[in-house]
Amino acid sequence: MRYNEKELQALSRQPAEMAAELGMRGPKKGSVVKRRLVKLVVNFLFYFRTDEAEPIGALLLEHCRVAQEEPSGFSISFLEDPERKYHFECCSEEQCQEWMAALRRASYEFMRRSLIFYRNEIQKMTGKDPLEQFGISEEARFQLSSLKA
Amino acid sequence: MKLNERSLAFYATCDTPADNTGFLYKKGGRHAAYHRRWFVLRGNMLFYFEDAASREPVGVIILEGCTVELVEAAEEFAFAVRFAGSRARTYVLAAESQAAMEGWVKALSRASFDYLRLVVRELEQQLAAVRAGGGPPPARRPRALPSKENGCAVWSAETPAASTPVRANPGSRPGPEPPPLPPRRRASAPNGPLDSASFAQLHEWYGQEIRALRSQWLSSQAQP
Repeated sequence: MRYNEKELQALSRQPAEMAAELGMRGPKKGSVVKRRLVKLVVNFLFYFRTDEAEPIGALLLEHCRVAQEEPSGFSISFLEDPERKYHFECCSEEQCQEWMAALRRASYEFMRRSLIFYRNEIQKMTGKDPLEQFGISEEARFQLSSLKA
Repeated sequence: MKLNERSLAFYATCDTPADNTGFLYKKGGRHAAYHRRWFVLRGNMLFYFEDAASREPVGVIILEGCTVELVEAAEEFAFAVRFAGSRARTYVLAAESQAAMEGWVKALSRASFDYLRLVVRELEQQLAAVRAGGGPPPARRPRALPSKENGCAVWSAETPAASTPVRANPGSRPGPEPPPLPPRRRASAPNGPLDSASFAQLHEWYGQEIRALRSQWLSSQAQP
């Protein structure tokens, strides 16, 4: 699949939501843990060799599952292949929980649902649609009906 | 750079409704011809396919950081997706009607994650203000903690201890009231973690159940 790699590289240089050096192990059988600089920017998780400026790779965090892996680690897998896991090792349980929470919120889908939730709550309490001021109240992607299980 | 392309392809072709779809002409390169492609906008990713029935995208334009503008081009209803940077590519696209062009320009210029996050933060603050400013809140049923078998649920100390069974209704209208927001909220740092305590916890609770159900379903599907 073609993609605009330059823009993705530029994105990896943007201020990050979270960034830390973690142990990382790829999904392939027999892969070993390596120290990587892991950086969360919008809905992408970039990973770098610790001394390099350009990322080795990126994971788009849509339709992903973040699960705790003992001890003080977590894994990321994707809907179409839940057994294929990217493993991450944190230095503490606290760091692990922080990352897991941040990654679960880092999808566009989560943002969209948050928006619909807040819009609905505000509408219930004030009778007004808060999206009107942004001029986006008619967009299909923000309607309650667009939410699917 | 490696990218989880297989997951991207699944995301591109999943069942949930896309944010915008339609045929657009895409200019191959600076001096190349236009190709008619089926475009699917999901979030901040603009996928394009050979045609509407294709199972896998030809490519994707990651839209984060782009600007969308009308352009002068030989093609009618043309517009451009531009990125900053000296050697950045500009994607020139052309719709098949004025209305389609306007729809796409609108959709694409608001497609970034950053934009959505700004709106969400704004609404979050509005909700906090409404809750703080209004009269006494209506009597609310305390949200129950899910049972242990759903996995670890993360709740703050503010959640009421009383447990009432709550029907799980993921994906439909948010039903029972969420726990009250903590009384004082620190301003989110720019690009800091989204401090949406009440929604994140609500999502976490629903999410655990959905994830458990999904993995059950997926493992049942995995048996040939």
